[in-house]
Amino acid sequence: MIRLENVTKNFPGGVQALKDVTVEIEDGDFVVIVGMSGAGKSTMLRCINRLVEPTSGLIYIDGVDITKVRGNDLRKVRAKIGMIFQTFNLVKRSSVLKNVLSGRLGRTPTWRALLGLFPESDIELAIECLDKVEIRDKALVRADQLSGGQQQRVSIARALCQEPDIILADEPVASLDPPTSHVVMRDLKRINRELGITTLVNLHFIDLATEYADRIIGLREGELVFDGPASEVDEKTFAEIYGRPIREDDLRGGVVEDSSTDELAGSGAYSD
Amino acid sequence: MLTVTSRSTLAEMKAQQNKGLLARHPWHFALLVFALVYGWSFMKLEVDPIMFLKGFPQMGGLLRRMWPPDWAYIPAMIGPLAETAQMALLGTTFGGILAVPTVLMAARNVNSNRGIYLAARTVMNFIRTMPDILLAALFVPVLGVGPLAGAAALTLFSFGIICKLSSESIEAIDPGPLEAMDAVGSGKLSQIAFAVVPQILPQFTAHVLYVLEINVRVAGILGMVGAGGIGMWLNTSMALFQYRKAAAIILMFFVSVMLIDYASRKLRERLI
Repeated sequence: MIRLENVTKNFPGGVQALKDVTVEIEDGDFVVIVGMSGAGKSTMLRCINRLVEPTSGLIYIDGVDITKVRGNDLRKVRAKIGMIFQTFNLVKRSSVLKNVLSGRLGRTPTWRALLGLFPESDIELAIECLDKVEIRDKALVRADQLSGGQQQRVSIARALCQEPDIILADEPVASLDPPTSHVVMRDLKRINRELGITTLVNLHFIDLATEYADRIIGLREGELVFDGPASEVDEKTFAEIYGRPIREDDLRGGVVEDSSTDELAGSGAYSD
Repeated sequence: MLTVTSRSTLAEMKAQQNKGLLARHPWHFALLVFALVYGWSFMKLEVDPIMFLKGFPQMGGLLRRMWPPDWAYIPAMIGPLAETAQMALLGTTFGGILAVPTVLMAARNVNSNRGIYLAARTVMNFIRTMPDILLAALFVPVLGVGPLAGAAALTLFSFGIICKLSSESIEAIDPGPLEAMDAVGSGKLSQIAFAVVPQILPQFTAHVLYVLEINVRVAGILGMVGAGGIGMWLNTSMALFQYRKAAAIILMFFVSVMLIDYASRKLRERLI
């Protein structure tokens, strides 16, 4: 279980990104955090793995406060939390397999990592993770040879390779076209269901949020303004969270029939 | 009251800015300063265009005395020429090896420790201020006359240039993979190996090759201060008025520099 207790984050320059947020996330939940850009979604996610240091407040993961841990203990906390980024954050010149294996770095002794001597079991695990996102055959291809959707799936595989308890996804589909967005969301949801990994996803597309979330958390100007099951959410709720009427560009649109549509990804035809 | 309305002319707006004479005519002042500095330099150095022109026929005389080169001298010079290339190669290699940790410590996006950062920057900047010949002149009394002093001087010289070129490429790398490695709980060295090295390796190698090209030229003259290599022989033959031998040395050197430049350029083209 993840518990944020009165978490506040002030950035230098007086920007208050999070204001006294208290929230609990149950194990195995698929939670979508919605809000406009600048609402504090990304800050909230990054507080959970301490890529951002909260100014005040406590964050418990399975009953342990992680806001004070440092050094190796912080690395251990992070090793159990997978993260997926809007821009994929892959090493483009490295192979897909090497990118996925880098998910093991939180648990690999430095000398092994420097020599590239991962245990056989890690390599098998990495291939298995690629299999879970259906791009096993791309293992030896350089990451920059893949389409956007495929790259995001590599980064999901990297997160899976951590054998995480939690996955944090920060706007995972914002750089993708509509059909590919659905493929990636479905992958995340399937992994959440099959492996029971607690998943927090930041989204600003309200149709994707209602379609995939179990529970929706709404942030506006750093404050938690909504928290409830996805079934209770309608357009009015979103208008309240966003503080303005819902517009066309708040929707991602597009429905996908099967995963082969992913081949469209990166063609630029739909990309924003 | 003076106010700029939307109908003010450009001249009026400039007048309103109320700048001093210097700020309004920066180019005129720059030209004046240049003229003064150049005039002063010419007078100080007693640059005499007539003298310069009179010297030209002397150059022709020197060339005539150099021709034909003493071809028979070439076999004897192959050893010193090889020594020159070896000095350049060793200096570049060790300079490159020393540059790697320094440049990583001197990159703000890789090393967050401010003290180490400043120390690395200081070392880099200090070594870079030393001209190659000065370094060689400092090493000759310490390491004795010969190629060892030259190789040592070239090591520091290469270190300076490689650091300068590469620290800029490191600070320009994609920060995404660094963040991703932080998020998986990777240690600093593993992070460097997985997220930094693949991103800068092509540029770094190109910089090292470029420095090798410079070093071959520099190694050619270091002998003049006793630091080994073919420069020593060139110096001697000139001092003894053996101009045909000097010509043979210069030609050999010229051809080797061209060959090494060509090979290095081809390699660099393939890297980037």
